[in-house]
Amino acid sequence: MNHSRRRLATVGGLALAATLAFTACSASGDGSGDTNGAEGELTPVKLQLQWLPQGQFAGYFAAQELGYFEEEGLDVEIIPSGGDIVPQDALANGDVDYAIAWVPKVLGSIEQGANLTDIAQIFQRSGTLQVSWADSGIDSVADFEGKKIGSWGFGNEWEIFAAMAEEGLDSTTVQIITQDFNMNAFLQGDIDAAQAMTYNEYAQLLESANPDTGELYQPEDFNVISYEDTAGAMLQDAIWADTERLETDEEYQETTVAFLKAVIKGWIYAAENPEEASEITIAAGSGWGPSHELWMVNETNKLIWPSPDGIGIIDEAAWDKTVAGALAAVNESGARLITEEPPATAWSNEWIQQALDELEGEGLDLTGEGFEPIDVTLEEGGN
Amino acid sequence: MREQTETAVTDAPDVAMRDASAPARDTRPPRRARGGRRLATWLWGLAGIVAIALIWEVYKLLGPADGVVIGGARVLPRTTDLAMPHVWDMAGRLAEPVTRSASAQPLWLVIVLAALTTLGIAAAGWLVGLVVGVGLALVMQRWRIAEWGLLPWIVLSQTVPLIAFAPVVKSWGSRVEIGAFEWQDWMSVALIASYLAFFPIAVGALKGLQSPDVIHEELMQTYAAGYWQTLVKLRFPAAVPYLLPALRLGAANAVVGAVVAEVSTGLQGGIGRILIQFAGQASGDPAKAWGPIFGAVVLGLVAAGSVALLGVILKNYRRTEEAA
Repeated sequence: MNHSRRRLATVGGLALAATLAFTACSASGDGSGDTNGAEGELTPVKLQLQWLPQGQFAGYFAAQELGYFEEEGLDVEIIPSGGDIVPQDALANGDVDYAIAWVPKVLGSIEQGANLTDIAQIFQRSGTLQVSWADSGIDSVADFEGKKIGSWGFGNEWEIFAAMAEEGLDSTTVQIITQDFNMNAFLQGDIDAAQAMTYNEYAQLLESANPDTGELYQPEDFNVISYEDTAGAMLQDAIWADTERLETDEEYQETTVAFLKAVIKGWIYAAENPEEASEITIAAGSGWGPSHELWMVNETNKLIWPSPDGIGIIDEAAWDKTVAGALAAVNESGARLITEEPPATAWSNEWIQQALDELEGEGLDLTGEGFEPIDVTLEEGGN
Repeated sequence: MREQTETAVTDAPDVAMRDASAPARDTRPPRRARGGRRLATWLWGLAGIVAIALIWEVYKLLGPADGVVIGGARVLPRTTDLAMPHVWDMAGRLAEPVTRSASAQPLWLVIVLAALTTLGIAAAGWLVGLVVGVGLALVMQRWRIAEWGLLPWIVLSQTVPLIAFAPVVKSWGSRVEIGAFEWQDWMSVALIASYLAFFPIAVGALKGLQSPDVIHEELMQTYAAGYWQTLVKLRFPAAVPYLLPALRLGAANAVVGAVVAEVSTGLQGGIGRILIQFAGQASGDPAKAWGPIFGAVVLGLVAAGSVALLGVILKNYRRTEEAA
């Protein structure tokens, strides 16, 4: 009797644990699946980001949170990426409708057969830096030869090689060290010059404590090479669409313009309200501390604004420079990113221009004439 | 006559079992002694944790700042605060809020909630792995030709790297929509977890189902027991000692699979996600990155412990289980 009662209690406990666990996971699953709301007229749209939710994508989250997508008749699901989800692959496979990705990476995919079009060049400038210690003697790309150069790999490394190719340097002399998610390898001396985005990893350095002084590292502790100032600069965050659907699917064309209009409004909001935009991003699941998040939104704004031709317009000169860099770049093992010019369908200003035209007269600052970055003070650990 | 055979069949294994387990039952120590031993087990476990913390701090204190490098390879880690935060810093960090933001929860709570999410997904994956694994084992046990045909593929399935597998599962999943049922992202993760979990279960269950002696099978035949009766009365009880370690392995695999798949597919809410999220903050806040690691360790223990509970329920059948 006692025996079977104990067994019953165990079974009961197990069942309870299982129920709890399932409730936990169904609760978390509901959040993303809540897309088929009451308003049936909204067009469902899936947007694939290239990393976790963070200030780099503040404009999209702002457009979502403030209802700009809904105003345009869209029900947008923003899908963060993880380690192995490649945005342009997800788009080419038809899993999503639009994707955010760097231009050189997608150029590689296009040469492999993907049929994609850059419909809006959100980032007008490259935000990639190569950071070394102030006393390292690495002041320019010309000093890279023979050094341990950090990069994240996965297509993030091509600016390094494009810049080296321009200087006539032999890329096989550098040792490429794969960086992980933080700057510890650089801080501990395993890397001579580490790759850093202005909006993320550079801030990680400035919010880390210098063990010698106990204070945070200061900008003067580092040499910073900005690829934007080199021939290696490449276009980064762009919105990509499916070329074939753009050409044949009228509904997709309309959705594209509506989507771009909402995105433009979202980024204008982020430019004018960086604090609020960073809070929206945190609420959307970004795990950064408030000061790091605000820094990220502010630095991202600097990469977007001003956009003299209107936000998202692809500057042909910058595109050509990116293609030239991608053609010239040879990596440390002698491989190339692309071997021929991408097709003319790889970019188009048609849709973003239409979106800008439709927004004309709404009193929006579409070129960022009045954009003023703010000053952000980073706290230790980004908190 | 027929009825008589039925009863005989029902009774036979029970008798056999009673015979075998009787001596074991008699040699069991009295209840109080067992309680004392259980306490001792916990104390030893605790002592182990304290010992690890001590080794950590002693090495941090005495070890060279740059670690120990032999022939260009670092065999012992650096002892800087960046690489090895103090034990008390890591523990203290757990009690502090995740970020300075007003809505931030304490770090430990965030980790516990994430770990529960992952546990739920891993449990779902483990259950699927259990059903698939035992199903495959049944088919392979029933038909020798199925064993020859399936077993190599089952082994081969485990050589597919997760990094190649995860995006494909996610991509397929995003297309599944049957009526009101829509494939959720967590299901992709659970599927990947089940993919890792079913392997030890299938192999263990097959070994267990094949384990009864020929003499026992023949005894069942003399009782005129059919396939199902033999299965329920003989093979399943005999498989338990093989199945339990396999289930424990499967549970550990499911947890690892769920965490890796979360990272891989970018699923929000689980421990895999905060693992990479906080890893990105490890330069400015080294102690924080260790939180999810501890969470993942506890998660694995809880998963394996849940299977131990199963063992309690099935303890009558565990006469011959090897320690695993």
